[in-house]
Amino acid sequence: MTTGLPVSTILLVTGFCLSLIGIWGMLTHRNILRIIIGFAVMDTGLHIVMVATGYVTGGTAPIIDKALSKAEAAQRAIDPVPSALVVTAIVIGLSVTAVMLSYAIRLYAAKKTLSIDAFTESKW
Amino acid sequence: MTRRIVAAVVVVLFGLIFARLAANYVELDALRSLARFYVVEGPAELGAPNIVTGILITYRGFDTLGEVAVLFMVAASVGLLLKQDGVLGHAAPRRAASEIVRTGTAVLLPLIFTFGAYVIVNGHLSAGGGFQGGAIVASGVMLLLLAGPGATLNVALLSIVESFAGVFYVLLGILGLVLAGGFLDPRFMPKGEFGAFISAGAIPLISALLGIKVGAELSVIIDRFRN
Repeated sequence: MTTGLPVSTILLVTGFCLSLIGIWGMLTHRNILRIIIGFAVMDTGLHIVMVATGYVTGGTAPIIDKALSKAEAAQRAIDPVPSALVVTAIVIGLSVTAVMLSYAIRLYAAKKTLSIDAFTESKW
Repeated sequence: MTRRIVAAVVVVLFGLIFARLAANYVELDALRSLARFYVVEGPAELGAPNIVTGILITYRGFDTLGEVAVLFMVAASVGLLLKQDGVLGHAAPRRAASEIVRTGTAVLLPLIFTFGAYVIVNGHLSAGGGFQGGAIVASGVMLLLLAGPGATLNVALLSIVESFAGVFYVLLGILGLVLAGGFLDPRFMPKGEFGAFISAGAIPLISALLGIKVGAELSVIIDRFRN
């Protein structure tokens, strides 16, 4: 089935939409956990965008095996660099989320609430 | 209300940027020159069929080492933030896991760990590698902790295992510096037959160490959040 749209365009639109949903969620919600979820959604969207920029028309995974010989790899493989970068990005995103969640636990212990409106000390 | 309007304006502006980016993006019809080098030269040079693993562990191996250091720092800082110092209070006693979860864990856990080990050691041949396999192993640990609320993880042992994996990782890197072309160069070991399980120089070894390290670190992070 073909939609007529290039694959990377579909991926880019999906990823950017997810990022926008994440930004909207981060800006409108007042609950710290929901803000963290918004961040994770935005992060995922940007990962999809990064992978999409590596797609080559008609390309396949850059793994040399029976389906992709060494000789035709240069023609049929996708760009492996964004894929390798996204692995890094995912790990960093996970790290940031873990630190944010432990701060959320600390903040909850301090004020017994997760609403960001309760934390006015650092507000300017 | 004002807040929502401001948020909407910000989202619309971001949407405009993203729309321009997506509309003007032209799909590649050939590889960029760096990617072409990796795809053409990588398998021949390293003997690893999975080019992404080749990039992660060899060409960008130093970055991967830095990334593992970031994970280590996160495990340490989460431990510092969630330290039991009386401020956090004690969680209510947990309800025991249901029969289904306990039985399911007994059935699934060996499978999850085996699959994680498979993904780690096949990183140079097919999709997978140290990070992915380590995350699968950690998900098994998570299931274990969900099934038995009283179950304790030997965090001290995990820390030792993780530290040794890190030390051996750096040692392999230095071996590459001494015996081959540079830091983390895996070519000081024989390349072997292309596509065989034991091949691609030191890449499977580095991948296994990476998997052990990531699995241990993620398990420690999960355990810290439990208390």
